[in-house]
Amino acid sequence: MSDPVIANVRTFDTRTEAKIPVKSPLAYAYRRTGAPAPTGESRVVLRERPFLGHLVLRGGAIVLDEAVRAVLGVPLPGEPQGLTRDAAGERSIQWLSPDEWLLIVPGGEEAALENRLREALGDAHFAISNVSGGQTLVELEGESARELLMKSVVYDVHPSHFPVGKAVTTVFAKATVILRRPDEQCWELVVRRSFADYTYRWLLDAGEEFCLGVER
Amino acid sequence: MFHIHCPYCGEHREEEEFHAKGQAHLQRPADPEACSDEEWGDYLFFRDNPRGIHHELWVHAVGCRKFFNITRNTVTYEILETYRIGEQPSFTAEYPDGRRPQDATREAQAPLKAGVHA
Repeated sequence: MSDPVIANVRTFDTRTEAKIPVKSPLAYAYRRTGAPAPTGESRVVLRERPFLGHLVLRGGAIVLDEAVRAVLGVPLPGEPQGLTRDAAGERSIQWLSPDEWLLIVPGGEEAALENRLREALGDAHFAISNVSGGQTLVELEGESARELLMKSVVYDVHPSHFPVGKAVTTVFAKATVILRRPDEQCWELVVRRSFADYTYRWLLDAGEEFCLGVER
Repeated sequence: MFHIHCPYCGEHREEEEFHAKGQAHLQRPADPEACSDEEWGDYLFFRDNPRGIHHELWVHAVGCRKFFNITRNTVTYEILETYRIGEQPSFTAEYPDGRRPQDATREAQAPLKAGVHA
């Protein structure tokens, strides 16, 4: 880290070694609203994947693409609404706007990854923000997941319009979510922490007719 | 509800995702110090209210969060085009049916002709 630009950026790992209980953004909702367990009749299953590493990358597409390829081995989605994943499906990167991408990696990796990206980017014009604490990932799986989304988002979620590998930011009920389709079976919602309780309760209410179950 | 084409997302999105931000193509006076109170007041507070074609600044607030321009007909509410910041509209008051490539050539030739006549 001899580069003065890199040396001037103070990065730190937000996960401490200290024994502090960490609660998922849905912890309050589970306690207050409850979480109906999935049954044989459940046509939608909701699963939270908390504590993942979320990084927002901003900058020029070409320099970021080179850096992300070098560090993660995954190309940056160049097309709007694009979503790419690595072979294992654990790390994903998504187009948010012409100069903004969302990178989601397994929890604990994000601090080291941020530093490696900063090193790879050198003194290019870019910004990396760690937003892991600000949002959470909710998965919807099951035959009626699409029907549940049709009740909730304004975006057209028909497979012909929303193929696998697409991701959009859109209106969900009266909040906003990032809606992603990483594979055929499952839909992912990236929810703001402050909207997590609202979104969860909306999904529980809207999913009642599909016997929605919550996997914990 | 209707759909608006976002030039950055490259597709039509629900109107709910957008916000209107007023008149487009406002030029800040190059030298504000040299402006009269009237000129500065016009720039800050006074906006066009045309009947017909109007250029507006919109933002894709839920989505890519980019600003872009819309040419809209204030009588029929028809959206004629959307274009990125920095681009010029093809539908204007002079060209209500859209600016064709030959119009651009004619305009480019106009000063030449004027020069010949002079």
